[in-house]
Amino acid sequence: MTASNKTTNILVCGTGGQGVMTATEILAEAALSLGFDAKKTEVAGMSQRSGVVTSHLRFGQQVLSPQIVPGEADLLVGFEAAEALRWVHMLRPGAVVLMNVGRLVPPVVNIGLFDYPDDPVAEIRALGLDVHAFDASALALELGNIRLGNTVMLGAMADRLPFPAEVLREAVLARFASRKPQLVDVNRQAFELGRRAVAEEALAA
Amino acid sequence: MGAPLPAPAASRLFLSGNEAVARAVWEAGCKVAAAYPGTPSTEILEELAHYPDLYAEWSVNEKVSLEVALGASMMGARAFCAMKHVGLNVASDALMTMTVTGTEGGLVIAVADDVGMSSSQNEQDSRYWGRFAHLPVLEPADAQEAYAMTKAAFELAERHRCPVIVRMTTRICHVKGRVEVGERVAAEPSGFTKDARRWVMVPGNAKPRLPLMFEREAALAAEAETSGLNPLYDGNALSVGFVASGPAFMHVREAFPDAPLLKLGLSCPLPLKKIRALAERVQHLVVVEETEPLVESELKAAGIACHGKDILPRLGELAPDVLRPAIARLLGGEAAAPAHVPAQQVFPRPPTMCVACPHLGVYYTLSQMRNLIISGDIGCYTLGAGHPWNALDTCISMGASMGMALGMDKGRGAADANKKVVAVIGDSTFLHMGMQGLLDITYNRGNVTILLLDNRAVGMTGGQDNPGTGRDLHGEEAQRVDFAKLCEALGVKRERIRVVDPYQLPVLFKALREETKIEEPSVIITDRPCVLIDHYQPTKPYLVVDERCTGCGNCVEVGCPAIHVTRRETEVKASGKEVELSFVRIETSACTGCGLCVQPCAPEAIVHAEPVHPIQFLRKQ
Ligand SMILES: Cc1ncc(C[n+]2csc(CCOP(=O)(O)OP(=O)(O)O)c2C)c(N)n1
Ligand code: SF4
Ligand code: SF4
Repeated sequence: MTASNKTTNILVCGTGGQGVMTATEILAEAALSLGFDAKKTEVAGMSQRSGVVTSHLRFGQQVLSPQIVPGEADLLVGFEAAEALRWVHMLRPGAVVLMNVGRLVPPVVNIGLFDYPDDPVAEIRALGLDVHAFDASALALELGNIRLGNTVMLGAMADRLPFPAEVLREAVLARFASRKPQLVDVNRQAFELGRRAVAEEALAA
Repeated sequence: MGAPLPAPAASRLFLSGNEAVARAVWEAGCKVAAAYPGTPSTEILEELAHYPDLYAEWSVNEKVSLEVALGASMMGARAFCAMKHVGLNVASDALMTMTVTGTEGGLVIAVADDVGMSSSQNEQDSRYWGRFAHLPVLEPADAQEAYAMTKAAFELAERHRCPVIVRMTTRICHVKGRVEVGERVAAEPSGFTKDARRWVMVPGNAKPRLPLMFEREAALAAEAETSGLNPLYDGNALSVGFVASGPAFMHVREAFPDAPLLKLGLSCPLPLKKIRALAERVQHLVVVEETEPLVESELKAAGIACHGKDILPRLGELAPDVLRPAIARLLGGEAAAPAHVPAQQVFPRPPTMCVACPHLGVYYTLSQMRNLIISGDIGCYTLGAGHPWNALDTCISMGASMGMALGMDKGRGAADANKKVVAVIGDSTFLHMGMQGLLDITYNRGNVTILLLDNRAVGMTGGQDNPGTGRDLHGEEAQRVDFAKLCEALGVKRERIRVVDPYQLPVLFKALREETKIEEPSVIITDRPCVLIDHYQPTKPYLVVDERCTGCGNCVEVGCPAIHVTRRETEVKASGKEVELSFVRIETSACTGCGLCVQPCAPEAIVHAEPVHPIQFLRKQ
């Protein structure tokens, strides 16, 4: 991705309650702070009841339709492993996938009506995509709070955007500074953990 | 601490369509705003609650909210009301006559259609109301337009002295974009003028007003021809010209940037001359509208040849990936679909009830009983129709569980003679439209057992307040309805009304068994709150002791999403019968300790977890 006239299309997915929409909002704020036009739109059915959530973010010189159509996403960010797999068709061939390997198993799988995919990461890799997978939930818990998973995911995206990572970090911290200043530090750490997780994973691969 | 001050004029904010409408309503100097929650419109009033200098309320239903707005308008105040598409069906009785009286202070109705049906029971097109009621309809295409058109709507409403409908869709309500906001201009209500010929709609007064309504419509049609709300985006690709409104406008611009495009911002009444002029210039005129072919039919009736639903889908959104191939086919070709990664099969993830939801025990109990016909309603409890309970048989419209249950009772034949009719309804739904149905049941001696699930919240739409919660839109203390007394007043015998704790399964089971046996109306009220409300108190969580779990799967039947199956086995009993076993674990960090799943666990494998640090807990696993 480059910062040209082209619109950048980022699809963030997960399940209700994971903070998908907030993360996308922060990403949008970062893009807006650089003067880009941006539109963000959700398909969040009954997201509050742990349903499927996707948030589309498009930014560039001017954004008309807010929707990303199949084949036009440049980056897919999956907050949950199977959800990342569910949305791969939105990507252009060879695009980037950043995904949490953490799983949220729904009741329909628990009661045996459906199976959870054996290895979502491997399945996505097999499609020829540039996959970076890491355990965001574990990283968040390392800092003592599963809710930081959101910021870990944002950190993971930071070096895959058409603007410097610092811009996104500032947007994250600005948000906490205005709402919950006591959480700024731990979010800075979470952000860097996510960033490092992707960098290290890239080295290992 | 007061509410944060509204952002200053000229700020460029990143707002959703709903937030943008709220801002515009405030800036327009609106005095009274009323709504009943409904996705995707709910956030408009939630947002307005934070603005100063205006009265905002949750009304008990949409009809009342519109009547509140009309009353304010009669006082000469600007008034606003918001609802989801089906809400306007409820409010339509008032609407169809207020179009005859007209309004005084500008009255704007924002109605949100759920195009794509992400959270509704149907996909109806609210633009029909504009035609039906002879009222103007504005259709914003993004958040900035939602803001600008809401302000324009107030002016239009006052110029023509009639309500104006702003038709939103899910894609407008929940899309965020940059919005440049302006200054609030306060407006002082002009005062109520007693005028029976204007406000008292008996036939003698209403009849002379009908011609005025048609004159108004003609004036609006003339205005539509020149209005800045209906701009022409010229283009040099003259093979196809477009007429589009709402989100579809953006999709057309995105997909066909060089085609001439007439945007309908004021889409009812139609600017027919302007459209005819465009039609004459292009080879094909295509109307792109979500969802019904309203504009298309009117153009055809006016003798303007066009395409619409003959080449575009009747349902859902008309995003660029839908438009491109359809237009390519119209021109005799095929659009090359962008290369994309092939779609993968993944299990469905339907919405579920929350961990520890007070409805879980109700559905677990219902699922264990036989010979019930369960007339359902709309709310979180509609999910009881799904797995693992399969314990809700109908869902039509708000409050319908009551009347349908009575109809089931009266309409049953020999095939259903031994069935018990049960109705399940939530607190907010009961107050919205269910009470009247209960009165009908008692009045007409129906034999129905009603489960009134009082979870102190409008759960489905995100936990809003209502007269059952004892708090108003601002979270301030308000009159709280006493459901037991209300049901008694509606004619249910006092001894047939029970208030039970839905986490006490034996009590619930006993109440249901006894009440369904008695052949008269009875009401079982559950009284534990939705877990989303602010003061919900989780208690000590549970875990499953591996060695004790026999894999019976009883706890899985409760349907709490914190319970996970870890492995399945098939056991062959001494009798030769095969039984499926499901061994489980509880996600202790999610469990709130409600104690439901503990009750059906015979081997007592579910025990309190000691408070554990999440990291230690992970290691233990
Ligand atoms: C006419 C109409 N207005 C609004 C809605 C949106 N809506 C669906 S369910 C519901 C209320 C649910 O509240 P309640 O009955 O208390 O049940 P809960 O979700 O709390 O279980 C609302 C407002 C609708 N479907 N129809
Ligand atoms: S929101 Fe409340 S009522 Fe709805 S499923 Fe959750 S706990 Fe139950
Ligand atoms: S006690 Fe059982 S039913 Fe209740 S929240 Fe915990 S796991 Fe869910």
